[in-house]
Parts: sequence; structure tokens; C-alpha cells
Amino acid sequence: MKKNSAYSKGLWHEIVQNRVAYAYIAPFFILFIVFSLFPIVAGFGLSFFRWDGTSAMHFIGIENYINLLGDELFWKGFQNTLIIGIIAHIPILLGGLVLAYILNSKLVKGENIFKTIYFMPMVTSSVAISIIFQQLFSYNYGLINFFLSLFGIPNINWLAGDGSLIKVAVIVMFSWKWIGWNMVIYLAGMQGISQDVYEAAMIDGANHVQTVFKITIPLLKPIVVFTLIQSTIGMFNLFTEPFILTNSSWTGGVNNGGLTLMMYLLNKAPQGGTLYGYASAVAYVITIFIVVLSILFNKWSQESDTPRRRGR
Amino acid sequence: MHKLTVGKVILYIVLCIIALVMIIPFYMMFVMSTLTTNEIYTFPPRLWFGGSLIRNFTAMNAQIDILRAFGNSCMVTISYTVLCLLFCSMGGYAFATYDFPGRNKLFGLLLATMMIPFTAGIIPWFMMMSRMGWINTYWALIIPGCANAFGIFWMRQYCQNNVPVSLREAAKIDGCSEWTIFFRVIAPILIPAYSALGIMQFVNTWNDFMQPLLILRRASMQTLPLVLKTMVSDRGTDYGAMMLASTCAVLPLLIVFLCASKFFMSGLTAGAVKE
Repeated sequence: MKKNSAYSKGLWHEIVQNRVAYAYIAPFFILFIVFSLFPIVAGFGLSFFRWDGTSAMHFIGIENYINLLGDELFWKGFQNTLIIGIIAHIPILLGGLVLAYILNSKLVKGENIFKTIYFMPMVTSSVAISIIFQQLFSYNYGLINFFLSLFGIPNINWLAGDGSLIKVAVIVMFSWKWIGWNMVIYLAGMQGISQDVYEAAMIDGANHVQTVFKITIPLLKPIVVFTLIQSTIGMFNLFTEPFILTNSSWTGGVNNGGLTLMMYLLNKAPQGGTLYGYASAVAYVITIFIVVLSILFNKWSQESDTPRRRGR
Repeated sequence: MHKLTVGKVILYIVLCIIALVMIIPFYMMFVMSTLTTNEIYTFPPRLWFGGSLIRNFTAMNAQIDILRAFGNSCMVTISYTVLCLLFCSMGGYAFATYDFPGRNKLFGLLLATMMIPFTAGIIPWFMMMSRMGWINTYWALIIPGCANAFGIFWMRQYCQNNVPVSLREAAKIDGCSEWTIFFRVIAPILIPAYSALGIMQFVNTWNDFMQPLLILRRASMQTLPLVLKTMVSDRGTDYGAMMLASTCAVLPLLIVFLCASKFFMSGLTAGAVKE
């Protein structure tokens, strides 16, 4: 802030002189205001109205929010989203960290081959993946039931039955897809940690488990938090996988076992119904969840000792 | 110097089992695209390739126009990626090398926009698209997100480290206009950044499902993920053909990825590590 309004006459001159710079950054601000800021603000307003998209809008105060919080299906979707999200985070966080640690430790060769293989799911379409897993989880002919039958476990009706096992299939897919992504990010972070730190720990007699928990994780905390926020947003936007797994059912299959919050939202409007005001209220509630969790994670990351290094 | 200990063998086994778990779904997709539906419906499942690839291909083409979908996907993805790279590099370059009034405040604003989830505005966004007549057009998928905050942030980092301010001044003295400077002098320096950010945007757009699902209702306009979804929702479907269609959607990107995996991984995760 070296330029103060000391010569405000010169300010206009300076703006004109730098008009090219303003032109360069203009597309972002224009598009953001039109296509993001306006919808977000309008969405908040809309959430207090009853509106079918064509006829007149009716102001109904917080009725949408009251109805929403009283809707069993909403809570079902919330519960499913949370169960899927929380359980799936165990493999993608811990598994990702452990795999990254192993590949970083120089204990094994062929690091790049493993990295490549683990990362493959990230470049594939979720729809295609869901179609494949639908077959793998098939009741009568699926590979997974076949594998289990080798251990004498009778066939399990993953995708139908009472609907509760759809979540297992989604969790498996979610973890399968994201573990490689997290691993590659952690690995890049770990490569920024000096090898001396590990050597010093080894000399002090620390074993691998202690090194992971006492050195690697604390030093990687900002990066772990970053991936945590990313996958939390991913969790609340979870829609494609359960949607395809349940044969494009907007209600999440048997007993709404695969209903997620995003699916619930889109089914109110614009896909299933035309409850635009109500759907806006749902969108805002989901957003509040995301924002609150992101703030909590960020707080947690800033807590305790400042990490000795951030990023790269 | 590296001895093969028991611990190491166990590590290798674990890594290989996980690798196998990662590969099996792809492998089964390939296998199933060469089987008839009846062959897929057997227990235990067939684990080796069959001879119905051509039959499945014919069946798939009877149901969907895969080439068209492929073309549509290319159209959306390439236009989006090119525009995104242009706007993001312009923005990043301006923030990095120009010292204009309000720069820091505007950049702070840009960073703040990254914290707002898109979900909050999804309904009005859709209504806007429909009012603007952008339903069933590619504009809705290309324009709204093409100058994104993350891309600009990322390009700025790159420009700060690689584009000296003096370069522009020198070019200016030589009589180049601002546009010429950008396209002839600056853009070539940014090629590594373009390719990394480009990969990231390309992969995400290529595989995107939710936005095209809301926007592209007409069958002839649909992208690959949407066409796949159409095949799933048709009941009594031909599973062999469906698997072949999935293969068609997955294989191009997968092959490119396997050829340049290092490049892909650093591109896709570039923003993550640099905080």
C-alpha cells in the first residue's frame, strides 16, 4: 500500500494508464458478478418465496425452511450423505496418508507405477465408473459377490434389498476414486519435508508409526485440511454415483437408501418438480453445512503450533 | 544395498493388492464389453474376454450415436478449456505484473470468491440459463465458469515466478502493442502453466455430469456422460453394449493419462500443494 491518496489527482491518471490491466481482469469480475454473485444473492431471496418458475411468486417467509427441517426425506438424505462422507473419509485420509508415506519412504521401488495406477480413477467419468460398479455389485452375477462366495459368504443384495447397503457401494466407489488423489497430494507435500527430519527421528529411535503421527501428519496439516475441505464439498455434492447405481432413481432407490442431499435438492427443482423456492432453501442449508465445516477445519488447522513449513 | 526383508515383501504385497483393486473395475469393463448380456449374467462371472465386441458395437450404435456424443464432448470441453486458459492467464498476468490502483483489494476479493460454494446459487443459475434461452446450448456450460478464480490465482503464482516486469517494458520500447506483447511475448512463457491448468480443466469438464444433465435435454446435443446415463435409464438394456459405451467414454482420457501420467498428476494437483 505504498500509494496513498496523497495525490488523488494522479490516481485517475494511474487508472487510465493501467487500463489494460483492468481489461485483463475484467472477464473474471463480470462473469463472477453475473453468473455467481447474482444467483447466490437471488437464491437467498428466492428461498423465502413459493415459486413454480412461471406464475407469480408468493412471499412465505421462512416457511420453506420450516417445511424442509420437518421433512423426513431431507433428514434421510442428510443422514445418508453424512454416513457416506464420514466412513469414506477413513480410507481416503488414512489410506492416502499411509500409501503416500510408504511410497515416499524409499522402502519400495516402482513408486511411479503405483502412483499412476492409484490415480487412474481420477481421470475417468463418474457415470462410467458407476455403471461398472453397478455390475460389480450385482446381486446374482457380480464379481464382488463371487469373491465373497469364495469365503462361503452367501450373495448379498447390495443395490436393492432393504436399501441400506447402497451406501456401502457408494462408499467403496467414493474411496476407490479419491484415495489416489489424496495420496498424490500428500506425497507432493511429503517430498517438501526435509529428509533430515526423518533421519533425526530415526536416530532418536522413532519407529515408522511414530514418525507418521509425530512428524509427517503435523507437518502436513495444512495440506490435510485442504484435502479435507475438498472432499467435504465433494461429499455434499455427491449425486452422480448413487443416482446411476440406483438406475437414475431420483429418490435414491429402495427405502431412499441412496438418497443424498444434492439428489434431494435437484429433485425438488429443476429435475423432478418445480419447487424453485423450496429448492433454493435446500441449497442454502447445504451451503451452510459446507461453510461451517470449512471454518471448523480451518480453525483446527490454525490451532496448535504453527507448522514449520507451509505448502512448498 | 537394499535387502529384501519380510517387511518389504509385505509392503509390496499390500501395494500390489491395492493396485489390483484399482485396476479390476477397468479390466472388468473391458472384459464385459466383449461379452453378450447373457454371458455377463452368469455366475461365477466370466473373467476373460469373449468374442462379442463387434456385436456389442452394432448394438451400441443402434441405441446411441457415440461419435456424435464424442464430438459434443470435444466441442464443449475444448471451447471451455481454451477460453478458460485465455481469461485466467490474462487475469493472472495482470495481477502479477501490473501495479494498478486497487490491485491488492481486487485480488483479495478474488480469493474470497473461492470460499463460496456454487451450490448456493444453483437454482437461480438454472432459471437464468432458461430465461436467457441457454438451455440446450453449450453457452451455459462454457461461459459462466470460464474465468475462474482458482485459475487466475494459479496463473498469478506462475507469472510472478516466471515473467519479469522488465520484459513488458522492453517490448513496449520496441513498439509492441499490449495485445502483441501478451500473445507474442507473454503467452509463450506461460506454456507449461497452460498445459497444467489445461489438463485440470479438460478432465473436469470432460467428465462433468451434473451441469450437462440440467442443461442439455436434447439427445443430439448430449455429451458422453449424458449418453451413458441414457443407456442406463433405458430398462431391459444391453449390458455388453453399455460396457462398450463406458469403455468409449473412459478409454481416450485413460490412454492419454497413462502416456503422460507424471504430467497429469502434477497438473491436476498443482493447485493443492502450493496452498
